[in-house]
Amino acid sequence: MMTLEQAKKGEKLVVRDITDPEMRMKAIRFGVMKGAEVTCAEKLPYGPVVIRKGRQELAVGRRLAQRIIVEPRI
Amino acid sequence: MGIIELTKNFKIPAKAKKIVLVGNPNVGKSVFFNALTNRYVEVSNFPGTTVDISYSSLGSDVLIDTPGIYGVSSFNDEEKVAREMILQADVVINIVDALHLERDLFLTQQLIDMDIPMIIALNMMDEARQQGVEIDVQALEEYFGVPVIPTVAVEGKGMAEVLKSLDKARAGHKVPEIMDMLASVKGFFPNAGEALLYLEEDPLVEPSGPIPQAHRGQEELYLKRRLWVNEIAGKVVREGLEGATFAARLGHLLLRPFPGVPALLLSLAVMYYFIGVFIAQVIVEFTEEVIMEGYYRPFMENLVDRIFSLRTVTGYILAGEYGILTMTAVYLLGLLMPLVAGFYFSLSVMEDSGYLPRIATLTDRILVKMGLNGRAIIPIILGLGCVTMATITTRILGSSRERIIATALLGIAIPCSAQLGVIFGMVSPLGLGYLTLYLAVIALVFIGLGVVMEKFIPGRSTDLLMDLPHMRLPRLKNVFKKTYNRTIHFLKEALPLFALGALLISLLNISGSLLAIQKFLSPLVNGWMKLPEAASTAFIMGIVRRDFGAAGLYSLQMSPGQTLVSLVAITLFVPCIASILIIFKERGLKDGLLIWIGSFMIAFLSGGILARIII
Repeated sequence: MMTLEQAKKGEKLVVRDITDPEMRMKAIRFGVMKGAEVTCAEKLPYGPVVIRKGRQELAVGRRLAQRIIVEPRI
Repeated sequence: MGIIELTKNFKIPAKAKKIVLVGNPNVGKSVFFNALTNRYVEVSNFPGTTVDISYSSLGSDVLIDTPGIYGVSSFNDEEKVAREMILQADVVINIVDALHLERDLFLTQQLIDMDIPMIIALNMMDEARQQGVEIDVQALEEYFGVPVIPTVAVEGKGMAEVLKSLDKARAGHKVPEIMDMLASVKGFFPNAGEALLYLEEDPLVEPSGPIPQAHRGQEELYLKRRLWVNEIAGKVVREGLEGATFAARLGHLLLRPFPGVPALLLSLAVMYYFIGVFIAQVIVEFTEEVIMEGYYRPFMENLVDRIFSLRTVTGYILAGEYGILTMTAVYLLGLLMPLVAGFYFSLSVMEDSGYLPRIATLTDRILVKMGLNGRAIIPIILGLGCVTMATITTRILGSSRERIIATALLGIAIPCSAQLGVIFGMVSPLGLGYLTLYLAVIALVFIGLGVVMEKFIPGRSTDLLMDLPHMRLPRLKNVFKKTYNRTIHFLKEALPLFALGALLISLLNISGSLLAIQKFLSPLVNGWMKLPEAASTAFIMGIVRRDFGAAGLYSLQMSPGQTLVSLVAITLFVPCIASILIIFKERGLKDGLLIWIGSFMIAFLSGGILARIII
């Protein structure tokens, strides 16, 4: 287990949890919740992490990325 | 926000069927609206919000556009407005982006769960096909139980079919478990839509009377719905293998510090030439000098003089130095309107091309340190145009803490375009060294102020979670339409406040208070900042209008060091009278006064310290 912040660019991930309740609701609407398969598409130095899910890309602020628990996908 | 009834608050006949367009942001909803209605379009502000609603007649019915949303709930103003429209809809046209089917179907299923008769327009079918995405339209129709019409709105394809299918609109197949949950509470609400929102713990819905203990849970319902539509999407979409397109690659490049930061600087430079040089000089020269000063002002002065005489107090207030009919009109229509339109045009291009969310992502890192997130870059860029306009835009920020920080930064450390023009005119002749020093001092105060506010203002700011739409060429027609609507909206908001500001300053002048303030400021200006005595007049003028203040410094004899000190101080000095009135309206009197007094102190403090170093 690690956080999205620790993921490397290009790494394929499975979301395990989002520990911020309001953001968890908003993320479900984007299709990002427990079990969702995403890819770390871009990491801005000290800035947001961009995740890709299918054709959709989402910018996730650093602090929120620390609250998203992920696991590498094999 | 109370309940706003569409037929009461808008010009909608009671018998007309209300057809409401609903969709995620960036699915081509406004293009769709324009394609369906070539006739006269009404734009009204939704009471209590900054959100504008467009509607137009469609035969004997009425077609209503709503803000783009990812779901029906109350997370922000736009969602609250869309939610209100949806609850009162007779028919919904749900516009779905064929390229982002999985994301968009959450909203679709939620609308179906609300039991609203609807049809689905599957838009951008051409782009989907180009990118190798195939969608089984018939299967989609069967799963949802409502008509699905493939469309390409930008080319007008499928519009006739959409109109024809309106009669076939019907309530679709709900998520089975959600339907069971709804059954027990349905009777306590005027419609199934409100019952569903109650189960989803929407804070704005109340049952009519004592309700049996119902099982509620936003997360539970959201997850059930999400899993349900993911399964449908998985069955109806077939994706071909495809390499990264040029637009996708460009989208990624713009996010990286290199070449993202140089590209951002280049875009800002282009924007500066368009607004700061072309509009501020060529266009404004014509609108302000020729039309307003050449024809309008003499005409108005003459008219007022004949009725009241300019020497009376009424005459002075109406058409004197700060006349409501003269100065306010000349300033607002001659100078500000072209500048504001130019800024909104640039903003719309950046928005429609998909560049704006990438700028927000790129700048998020710095803005987080200042208690904001990337989205705050939008009011900050607009502030370089007009702080009044930008202050209204702070409503898009996610928490009141962010709105206060952004408003304070705008009011204190962001020079508006009118002021920037005069400042650049004065600092450029001093050479690159002074220009760099000026920019560095302002940037330092801007960032320092943000960092301090992040430390001391209680509460927590929201995090960035933002969809990055595909990069695409903006449609000019759509860009012009947006620019027009936003400019009109700005003028409506600002006009009364500009007039009030002009009235206040006329009264101060007549009563002699202006001179008294001038005397009071003199030791600060002369003793502390080492500027000529006469510079205090410029600061008084700066209270009225920021560029007046800067222009007042223009004619003074000053050394290069003094010029720099005076420009730094006038930049950080109080926002103009229209801005401060908007700030009072948006943030309340207490926070507004704090910002006003704070800018006073920061301007003189920075000016004085700088004077001690360089003079």
